[in-house]
Amino acid sequence: MSVRERTDHPRAAAAPRGGRPTRGGGRAGRIAVPALRYVLLLMMTVLLVGPFLWQLSTALKSTGEPIYGPDTTLLPAHPTLVNFGKVADVIPVWRYIGNSAIVAFASVLTNCLFGAMAGYALARMRFRGRGAVFAAVLASLVVPFEVIMVNVFLTVRSLGLVDTLLGVLLPGAVSGLSILVMRTAFLALPKETEEAAAIDGAGEWARFWRVALPSVRGSLAVVGVFSFLFAWDDFLWPLIVLKNPDNFTLTVGLQYLSGTFTNDQRVVAAGTMIAVIPLLAVFFALQRMFFRGIGEGGVKG
Amino acid sequence: MIGRRWYVPWLFLAPALLVTALMTWGPLANTSVLAFTDAQALGGGQFTGAENFTRLAEDTEFFRALGNTALYLVVVVPALVLLPLLLAQLVHAKLPGIGAFRAVFYSPVIASMVVVGLIWSWLLSSDGLVNAVLVKLRLVAEPLPFLTDATLLLFSCMLVTVWKGLGYYMVIYLAALSNVPNELYEAARVDGAGAVRRFRSVTVPTVRPTMLLVGTLSAISATKVFAEIYVMSSGTAGPGGQAKSIVYYIREVGLGVDGEVGYASAMSLVLFVGTLGLSVLALVLRRRGERNEA
Repeated sequence: MSVRERTDHPRAAAAPRGGRPTRGGGRAGRIAVPALRYVLLLMMTVLLVGPFLWQLSTALKSTGEPIYGPDTTLLPAHPTLVNFGKVADVIPVWRYIGNSAIVAFASVLTNCLFGAMAGYALARMRFRGRGAVFAAVLASLVVPFEVIMVNVFLTVRSLGLVDTLLGVLLPGAVSGLSILVMRTAFLALPKETEEAAAIDGAGEWARFWRVALPSVRGSLAVVGVFSFLFAWDDFLWPLIVLKNPDNFTLTVGLQYLSGTFTNDQRVVAAGTMIAVIPLLAVFFALQRMFFRGIGEGGVKG
Repeated sequence: MIGRRWYVPWLFLAPALLVTALMTWGPLANTSVLAFTDAQALGGGQFTGAENFTRLAEDTEFFRALGNTALYLVVVVPALVLLPLLLAQLVHAKLPGIGAFRAVFYSPVIASMVVVGLIWSWLLSSDGLVNAVLVKLRLVAEPLPFLTDATLLLFSCMLVTVWKGLGYYMVIYLAALSNVPNELYEAARVDGAGAVRRFRSVTVPTVRPTMLLVGTLSAISATKVFAEIYVMSSGTAGPGGQAKSIVYYIREVGLGVDGEVGYASAMSLVLFVGTLGLSVLALVLRRRGERNEA
């Protein structure tokens, strides 16, 4: 590539200018660059966070305060939590949160446990058919759920699981991606510890459970976080498989809230905030780990 | 390893294989078979050969859905290839607080599409903030029907897709940018290249494999668009249902009480051919990218 050839430029010439041009009592232009960058960063922050904040502001406005029209203010004049209470009057929001939490935590458990078991077998055991199983797992990644959803529904229906949380869980219970991430993690472990455990008389399960699994906690966390988010945020499948409003998960319930009963945008806004605030709080608390996790292999899908 | 019974690996694999077989391979096989029958949701179904596909070729509603999805692809993919790269460039700097900005830009990715869709429905409604600002600035005389005109609704959905996807692809680009040697920028700077020139001549050529990857990933996900349209139109797909996407139409045809499973399966196969083509393209491009890096 032509650009690469230009690196032949004497590095000595570049070196004095290396490092950060912002430091030192440089010229105005050198300070303006990071300043400009901060201005752009703030603009993007407004663009990407503003919509959340506007929704929050709407949710906090009392019934007496206009939420549109010329008298609307950016911030609520008398912030109130009354709309959050109203959400529970219109839809059984705690029940929906409970349903979403059950599905999401169950999905974390099944993806971590079954994904790790399958990944361990594929990484550590030699057996006839391993290549075929691995190929099948890889190939499952290119089958979009949307393509098979009609027939997944028929299968779930014949299992008698329509309108159940187990039915919501099942299609995403062990994703091919979870298996692959865990396989990669086990492949990267040194074999010696497990072999030592084997010599000490530990069986396959003990070696997996007590020796290998504790060493791949980082990858388990990645699989867990993404399984949770996927299950918590999923909309299409729960919309298909859940019929009775009592059984809805939070995403389907929110859509139901906005469509069926209420024209009060304050209440809808409060509902969306209930769904998203806990998630964002956990995300910002764990963001360091989160981005490291993505770097390790979360983006492969 | 040391003497093991033959079935031990299969015990480890059993739960995962059971779920995959039941929830992926079985339904895929069913889809491929039922596509050639007139099966209904309530049961039955006779082999009808390619009849579903000839019917598909004459189904104007299907072609509308196909057209809408294609339009979606054409607008969303370039936006999601370019904008997140610029955003990644912006946060690819060692400045105080930059980690917080990265996290903030990622937050729309964390939220559910339903939440994001409802937030934007409110912003874009006729009483919404966007229209209020547009009217106030006298850019428009009347509020624009962002959600109630089929074409505008589609573009509103695209805006939402791009807005929610920016952070996701930004992170992918960040990983690629960290591999660009700093000397390249310094050399370009010494040569007197401005920011735009550096972007075009240094950044773009070195992250080109990643751009291709992002292009195919965003294309695959745009082909499957559903939730945006459903939420932003309150489940109506716009006036007269004119803003349906392929997935929207498949769900409607195949999953009602009187669902036409056979016909929906045929449509699903068409969708599968599309996404499979894009997946193969992604794979080929990634291979080539890896070869270039090596």
